[in-house]
Amino acid sequence: MNTGAAVGPVGIVASRVRLDEKRIMAALDRRGIDYEYVDSRTCRHELGEDKARWPLALNREIGQVRAAYAAHGLEAAGVRVINSAAAIELCGDKWRTSMALRAAGLPVPRTALALTPDAGLEAIEAIGYPVVIKPLVGSWGRLVTAVRHRYAAVAVLEHIAALPSPQSHIVYAQEMVGTGDQDIRAIVIGGEVVGAIHRRSDEWRSNVALGARTEPCELTTELRHLARSAALAVGADVAGVDLLADDDGRLVVLEVNAGVEFSGFQQAMGDRVDVADELAELVSTRMSS
Amino acid sequence: MNPEERDVMPQCPECSADVKVDDGSQVNEIVQCAECGSELEVVSTAPVGLKAAPDVEEDWGE
Repeated sequence: MNTGAAVGPVGIVASRVRLDEKRIMAALDRRGIDYEYVDSRTCRHELGEDKARWPLALNREIGQVRAAYAAHGLEAAGVRVINSAAAIELCGDKWRTSMALRAAGLPVPRTALALTPDAGLEAIEAIGYPVVIKPLVGSWGRLVTAVRHRYAAVAVLEHIAALPSPQSHIVYAQEMVGTGDQDIRAIVIGGEVVGAIHRRSDEWRSNVALGARTEPCELTTELRHLARSAALAVGADVAGVDLLADDDGRLVVLEVNAGVEFSGFQQAMGDRVDVADELAELVSTRMSS
Repeated sequence: MNPEERDVMPQCPECSADVKVDDGSQVNEIVQCAECGSELEVVSTAPVGLKAAPDVEEDWGE
């Protein structure tokens, strides 16, 4: 990064100032924590630079690729970044996330990866219908497809084959767990679960970005353990852990998000928890450690 | 900021409608045009300037 003169002790890196970022900045203000907001679209990094602009940065960049490289650049200059580049890259890849969760001994849906669309049908049918096909990278439920029949699978794989990016040709397929129209989102900050919500949708995907309704979810011992363990498994200081209940009510961990959006979560939780303030507390703690 | 600068409502670059922007707005905040629904990015605050917000990219999200 073009470091310039050292200013605020905490950097807030984001190209888009959403309600979440405004809440975070307000929480930092309330705690008297000095910060500098930087538009990540203006950032540049130079190999070998070792002058940290801040000791700590909160990475709130909305783009996965830009977020990862911002973290890499800052870390190379000696800045501690929340979340780290490693965590952002791991969480940004659904297959790598699944592997990390499984390696940590956490329950995950049956999942398969095929390296070409041609190999995809066999991978899908080894899992069995209904199956969910997801892009390796992406969020908000984009291009996530529920497939209940071979004819649909073949059509989806043909569409995947027609996509321009080589990464898009990798087929990630996962067993459909539960009804698919609801899931649980738990937020973990600094190793502690600050709360969980149910997300319910009129369609089968339950992303808030797609209009899912949210309501508080009881934080059971199992849920708390799984959410905390999932965040730990991917090395994320701040994590949005998505879970589903199977037909027997057992929870499985679906994925972990490193760029947590929390407006829907906050709306559901009301004054039970203040996510922005929890983030500000994490920043405060890390600044003094 | 000079209050008079806030009194002049910025126009939507897409449909030219006046766009209400909160006093507490800041650069890079996203606002929506009530008239045409376009997402707009605040590029300055004194006076308030708006431009069309960037389109959602493939890797955007959580």
